Amino acid sequence: MLKILIYKEWAEVFKNRLVLFTVIFLPLLLGILPLVMLGTMGNVTGESSLNDIPPSALAMCPPALSAGECVQVYLLSQFVLMFMLIPLVIPVSIAAYSIVGEKRVRSLEPLLATPITTWELILAKALAAVIPAVVASWAAFLLFAIGGVAMAASPAVVRAFLHPMWLLAVVVGGPLLALLSVSLALMVSSRVNDPRVAEQLAGVVAVPLLALLFGQMSGFLVLNRNLVLVFLLVLALLDAVMLYFTVRVFDRENILTRWR
Amino acid sequence: MIHIRNLTKRFGDVLAVDDLTLDVAEGEIFGFLGPNGAGKTTTIRMLTALIAPTRGTAQVNGHTLGEDDRRIRQSVGLLTEAPGLYENLSAAYNLRVYAALYGVADAERQIQKYLSMLGLWERRDDPAGTFSKGMKQKLALARALLHEPPVLFLDEPTAALDPEAAHLVRDFIAELRREGRTIFLCTHNLTEAERLCDRVAVFRTRLLVVDTPINLRRGPFGRQVVFHLAEDAAPFVAPVRALPFVDACEAVENKLVLTLDDPEQYNPEIVRRLVALGADIRFVGELRRSLEDVYLRLVHAQNPDL
Ligand SMILES: Nc1ncnc2c1ncn2[C@@H]1O[C@H](COP(=O)(O)OP(=O)(O)OP(=O)(O)O)[C@@H](O)[C@H]1O
Ligand SMILES: [Mg+2]
Repeated sequence: MLKILIYKEWAEVFKNRLVLFTVIFLPLLLGILPLVMLGTMGNVTGESSLNDIPPSALAMCPPALSAGECVQVYLLSQFVLMFMLIPLVIPVSIAAYSIVGEKRVRSLEPLLATPITTWELILAKALAAVIPAVVASWAAFLLFAIGGVAMAASPAVVRAFLHPMWLLAVVVGGPLLALLSVSLALMVSSRVNDPRVAEQLAGVVAVPLLALLFGQMSGFLVLNRNLVLVFLLVLALLDAVMLYFTVRVFDRENILTRWR
Repeated sequence: MIHIRNLTKRFGDVLAVDDLTLDVAEGEIFGFLGPNGAGKTTTIRMLTALIAPTRGTAQVNGHTLGEDDRRIRQSVGLLTEAPGLYENLSAAYNLRVYAALYGVADAERQIQKYLSMLGLWERRDDPAGTFSKGMKQKLALARALLHEPPVLFLDEPTAALDPEAAHLVRDFIAELRREGRTIFLCTHNLTEAERLCDRVAVFRTRLLVVDTPINLRRGPFGRQVVFHLAEDAAPFVAPVRALPFVDACEAVENKLVLTLDDPEQYNPEIVRRLVALGADIRFVGELRRSLEDVYLRLVHAQNPDL
């Protein structure tokens, strides 16, 4: 049943060009852009760019690596983190549009008249948004990893930026973050009368998480490899709590009678 | 099949349904008539466990509202006011989604059965968004029937349909009754109610009256009898009106129109009286009131400024 509901969501949502664009081109762009940046940066690798790196990050650089290699490792690692955050952005638009769609054709009433539980409904909508986002960001990451390996100055650099902890962050952290933003989007949409407002609000809620990314990039805050596990654990917990609350605040009556 | 007790729904300051008590028997087509904003949709939403009543309760198919909501949803079919189809999905896929939601065992066969019955089988692979209003309504009806619910709630099934499509849908509803289903039909189409329903309720926030269409047409305002005279009827109005059992009497050219609650009993007395007054009676007949007339009187009696 979940499967058929998810397919239904996709068939409806991907007819929307904007959503399709977000899911396909955004990750593609983000997969290629870092490589281009890396390519141009590679030419100026030296003491000057070394100065731009926060000392805390440099300290983490394996002693065997040269300064130039350290810069590469640092940059590549930053981008790896970005791939974890792509799935944070994409699914919000899918989730919001799936609700806009239901509202537009007034299909929520017959849907809620079926014996479907709120859990099943939320889960189907969440998965329908999370799966494409995760697949798209993994594909983009694969593209990036292949490019990164090809451009890396030495095998040591590859080993450092494709460290198992970073991979874990992308492979596990991505979906967890996606789920987080989707349940946020769904929760907000179920409490707000206009689904478009819901999308914007959910976007606003995602801001602190994006701030984390920029904080990391500017060296303000360094999420190191050892913290990844803790981070993932906290995320998983947060997901469970958020999903629980999303189901709890999903007020069928309010949604049915207010959205017209 | 449906037992409603003191069902009440309030939206903030708006009283949408006030203290509704009503029973619908198994196998009955029950017409729920009322003007716009009467609270018909609200009533249906409460009975299908979509919204919770402010007060009161109901039993649908043996399940109590608020206690067995999932069982209620599983055992009723609902045709909503708007078809609410997934417009990018094919007709068959729309039904497939609902078959899965209702846990229909023989999904594909059920889909074929109802699409064929409603004449949509040839168009099964076309997106629902390309359908005409009538076809969408039929598809929504098929969707409400997939799980073979014993109780069916239809919210204005023929509104916005052209006469031919409406006729087809009505025939289909009559067919469903022959299968023994209980049907709760909301409508403001009186001809439809009269043709289809075993009993009708006239409702406007409160229940105004419940009866068979035939009884409703006769009363609650008494029956009307017309005496056709050979001469002008005006001089006879006053003496006839003076009779104790005559509720109303008026003259229209050479016709005398009387309102009585039992014409069979009182007509001979009136005839004797008229003859004694020197009238030449050509013939006597009953004026059949239309359901519409009764409906309008009921609805207006409650709210005279309409
Ligand atoms: N969510 C809501 N909030 C406030 N008032 C509401 C809400 N839903 C319905 N109402 C009010 O309740 C009353 C009954 O509405 P309802 O939709 O049940 O009428 P209806 O008989 O189905 O009318 P129609 O023939 O137009 O479909 C109306 O006055 C309506 O404005
Ligand atoms: Mg209505």
